[in-house]
Amino acid sequence: MTAMVKAEGVHKSFGPAHVLKGVDLEVAPREVFCVVGPSGSGKSTFLRCINHLEKINAGRLYVDGHLVGYRQHGNKLHELKDKEVAAQRRDIGMVFQRFNLFPHMTALENVMEAPVQVKRESKATARERAMRLLDRVGLADKAGGYPTQLSGGQQQRVAIARALAMEPKLMLFDEPTSALDPELVGEVLDVMRDLAESGMTMLVVTHEMGFAREVGDALVFMDDGAVVESGHPRDVLTNPQHQRTKTFLSKVL
Amino acid sequence: MTDPTSPGPADKQPAGPGPSKSGTATAVPPEAIRAIPVRHPLRWVSAAVVLALLGLLVYAFANADIEWGDVPEYLFADRVIEAAGKTLLVTVLAMLLGVVLGIVLAIMRLSDNPVTSAFANLYIWFFRGTPVLLQLLLWYNLGLVFQTLNLGPFYKNEMTDVMTPFMAALLGLGLNEAAYMAEIVRAGIQSVDEGQTEASHALGMSQGKTMRRIVLPQAMRVIVPPTGNEFINMLKTSSLAMVIQYTELTFVATEISTTRLNPMEMYIVVAIWYLAMTSVFSVIQYYIERHYAKGSVRQLPPTPWQKIRRSVFSGPRLMGTR
Repeated sequence: MTAMVKAEGVHKSFGPAHVLKGVDLEVAPREVFCVVGPSGSGKSTFLRCINHLEKINAGRLYVDGHLVGYRQHGNKLHELKDKEVAAQRRDIGMVFQRFNLFPHMTALENVMEAPVQVKRESKATARERAMRLLDRVGLADKAGGYPTQLSGGQQQRVAIARALAMEPKLMLFDEPTSALDPELVGEVLDVMRDLAESGMTMLVVTHEMGFAREVGDALVFMDDGAVVESGHPRDVLTNPQHQRTKTFLSKVL
Repeated sequence: MTDPTSPGPADKQPAGPGPSKSGTATAVPPEAIRAIPVRHPLRWVSAAVVLALLGLLVYAFANADIEWGDVPEYLFADRVIEAAGKTLLVTVLAMLLGVVLGIVLAIMRLSDNPVTSAFANLYIWFFRGTPVLLQLLLWYNLGLVFQTLNLGPFYKNEMTDVMTPFMAALLGLGLNEAAYMAEIVRAGIQSVDEGQTEASHALGMSQGKTMRRIVLPQAMRVIVPPTGNEFINMLKTSSLAMVIQYTELTFVATEISTTRLNPMEMYIVVAIWYLAMTSVFSVIQYYIERHYAKGSVRQLPPTPWQKIRRSVFSGPRLMGTR
């Protein structure tokens, strides 16, 4: 079975800052894969490389067996055109720390936008699915509301529905609860738990160790641009082998 | 929310934890506070000063040597109405040229191509750095250096036939405006959070779609107000076209006054026209801004119409309820 995500020696620099220093990992289909680590460890950057929001400088990155952002002829790499990159991104949903809902559209319009614009779906079909998705995240009654009229937790649930509307085979979560008030974290995690149970492949950068332990199938601890330790969340979180992992966990648990 | 149209209940805010006279906790009835308002004697003085100055001004004009009869007589004279039409025509067309060219220049300026962005910078540097009046004169006198306009197989004509006062005014005003619009559009595009572009790209939307569907609609909120100002400025700046014989309002007023010897009367007529046109466009601008505010404020403010309707149907408001 091909891995949903496969990273081989991924490097990324921003000018002089060497952020990713050879990341290797594999995410199996239907797996909930958590990435934890201190801020600045490169975990968000790695996530953004997976849908080519950032270009990697070295290594190889595959999603569902396809090279991300490039085409390989012999041993030469060709950059993909904008259109081809966009086509790759259709199958990868992404949820951002700061939601990034489109503020000039209602919740319903946010969810309908990509299917109508990208997949050329009819408005009726898109609306029907959007309503079903909003209902699934518990926000059917907020369909006509604009993002500013919603709480942070509600906005993030709409953002998840918006990503799901493209029927992705992989969902990326970039610290989805970090910008939320503590009492709103639960409602977003509930939606993510429900999504995990439905068999979605999820790559989750998070600080929610409880969620990782309970829902995660695999977990890596990243520090200083590389994977330090990996394994089943229960093992890594309760019995860390590496000193840096121990230090980090002692601060957050 | 309390209904602002009914005078009574707005005052019935709970008075907070005031001293409870009786021992019962539920007692304090929500009755209107009747306090003696703070006096503002200086407000009366300043109001009186302003009114007195205004009165003096009116008195001065009433006693000035002005043929007031000329104002209504010429306000709707055929030549004046035609000139107002020409002012409006060149304003709208020059503004259109400015907006379209401005968007192109803004995108050129933001592009990764160093040649196009350098060209856009050069354009803006030139057209912002020289007076509009000079630019009008340059266009109008183009025939002195280029006798014919030759566009190869498409078009060929004498420059003096092409560069009519109208064409010179349109190009002079429009190309100058494009430089300013380019900066306004650029600021608007850059004001949109980068996360919006990322979210759109992450959904698989192309560069063009992202610009059209996500970035520009949000940039409009920043672009529209200064563009409205630019339009109103353009209405007035178009009067400079009188120096190149374009028969707009100011030109015609001056022309009439040279035979009738009533310049002040004619300039008052023209001032009324300009004020009327700028007022109408201010109202239109308000509605356009309101349209693009969608989603950025929780509750859209009522339109002037809605305000009027509400106050008419709810009867007069009591003084001092605010």
